[in-house]
Amino acid sequence: MSKLKDTKAKLSIFGELWAFMRVRKKWWLGPIFLVFILLGLLIVLTQGSALAPFIYTLF
Amino acid sequence: MNILGISCFYHDAAAALLADGQLVAAAQEERFTRKRHDSNFPINAIRYCLSATKISANSLDYVVFYDKPFIKFERILQTYFGTFPRSFRSFLKALPVWMKEKMWIRQTIMKELDYAGEVLFTEHHMSHAASAFLVSPFEEAAILTLDGVGEWETTTKGWGRGNEIQLTGAIHFPHSLGLLYSAFTYYLGFRVNSAEYKVMGLAPYGEPRFADTILQELVNVQPDGTFCLNMKYFTYHYGLTMTGKKIETLFGHPRREPESTLEQFHKDMAASIQKVTDTIVVRLAQHIERESKMKSLCMAGGVALNCVANSKIFEHTNFQDIFVQPAAGDAGGAIGAAFYIYNTVLGNRRSFVMRHAFLGPEFNNGEVEELFRTAAVSFRKLEQSELLKETARLLDAQKVIGWFQGRMEFGPRALGARSILADARNPKNQSVVNLKIKYRESFRPFAPTVLEEKTSAWFDWNRPSPFMLFIAQAKNGKERIPAVTHSDGSARLQTISRDQNSLYYDLVSEFDKLTGCPVIINTSFNQRGEPIVCTPQDAWKCFLRTEMDHLVIGNFLVNKSDVPPYLVDEARKETFEPD
Repeated sequence: MSKLKDTKAKLSIFGELWAFMRVRKKWWLGPIFLVFILLGLLIVLTQGSALAPFIYTLF
Repeated sequence: MNILGISCFYHDAAAALLADGQLVAAAQEERFTRKRHDSNFPINAIRYCLSATKISANSLDYVVFYDKPFIKFERILQTYFGTFPRSFRSFLKALPVWMKEKMWIRQTIMKELDYAGEVLFTEHHMSHAASAFLVSPFEEAAILTLDGVGEWETTTKGWGRGNEIQLTGAIHFPHSLGLLYSAFTYYLGFRVNSAEYKVMGLAPYGEPRFADTILQELVNVQPDGTFCLNMKYFTYHYGLTMTGKKIETLFGHPRREPESTLEQFHKDMAASIQKVTDTIVVRLAQHIERESKMKSLCMAGGVALNCVANSKIFEHTNFQDIFVQPAAGDAGGAIGAAFYIYNTVLGNRRSFVMRHAFLGPEFNNGEVEELFRTAAVSFRKLEQSELLKETARLLDAQKVIGWFQGRMEFGPRALGARSILADARNPKNQSVVNLKIKYRESFRPFAPTVLEEKTSAWFDWNRPSPFMLFIAQAKNGKERIPAVTHSDGSARLQTISRDQNSLYYDLVSEFDKLTGCPVIINTSFNQRGEPIVCTPQDAWKCFLRTEMDHLVIGNFLVNKSDVPPYLVDEARKETFEPD
């Protein structure tokens, strides 16, 4: 996958989230999602590491 | 049309491939990575599915993920906010994984597979429902799914007809039968999402003397089976544990330390939660039967692996048949997601029935011979008929056999492709196989395989049970087949027919001809904490580490006494974390 395609695919998450909020009518999630996505993009684009998953699978 | 189904990131990651509506390959990631319940993106399982069908990722028409991550994230945020500040530590732990991994599923799939086509998402419980109904032999059936939690749903009911599925009702998080059972698994000192079946196995040793307390204090069950948990006794919705001090105070007993002695209290508690589970499952099934007026039931979700509760449905309802998806847990969601798109969304007619679970990798005699030659171990190569006779003779001579044949099973049960076999008539075999081969708790029961046509002569059961998902009372079991008869006289039954697995069927037939007993012990080919073996190399290493007497792979037979001791010593250096 080329770098450009990869970045495009990652940015497509904004469209997906918009569609999700529109269908679920959970607009209050918007600002929260935005912060998480920006932080997430930072981690993903810099290939940083996340902490080990939560011990149970609920989250 | 090729559709790839994927489940991952929670537990039991798996992939399944449909080619023109036929399930052609399915496997769990743990089998390849050798990490039990591996939840990581199942790249190895996907590669296997693609290579087994000789197609590339670009030949896929759709890739389908088995749940909807954004709805799940919504549930998580709402739960965290609702329980703040108690949820803060858990929130901090969960968040980085979401930001790094779980929100980027479409992107991960496209990148890992180098795939540019469509990625679709199905709802978690719809994946479960589809994984049972769409591969069942029924034209129409009621549907019941029960697990820990999906997006919001923990239990759903509905019906399927043709290629249509309707889920008509649901119970939402945090009220969950799966999590209630897991909470007691945790309270009893076993590992959550892994050792629930130990609680089920422990239950017959106890008396359900706490069942009333559980029903009065912890869970309010309605006549229709819907239920509501008293969340003050649980901590899983905000914390890093399942239960807290309040449940210990209620029962006057602290949580059991893992691996510590099992007292009668623990056995009674296991019996109690099992009884409560049975009650809820039966009431739900009775209600669905009344509502749907259908004659058959399809079940999936982790709770559907509870074969004791499944069997109670037969006792207390008029359902004529029940189909439980053999990989009822999240792994099976990969199958359901793919079938849901193919049959229900795209409107294709159903043309596949899951009559067996042999969907994994297989290996030829050449690969096996090379393994043994490289290991410089002596072996015998036998014609098939001779191999069956010799294996049956060894079983009769009280040898424990590692049996590795054909395609690996999909799902948590070994069904005759990756199995450890022994004589069910010998009462010592339960402890021998538990302690010397599986290295696991001595109370753990073993399941029998019985020739399908002889089932009713040996068990109070007269229908197929090919996936080991029902229990039946053994007739004079304590006298005739004590090694597979539980303390309450029950056995977790696998029936085998020739069209499911001809080689395994013929082996049990040979044993029957030799001994007059069509029943053998069948347990998974692994030791405690290890995933079931996948390759001949895995089987060889497991054989060396344990006290199995003989190994049969393909047409080859190896006797442990012919193996140089240094190979055994070397293999035993590998250890697994107990489950």
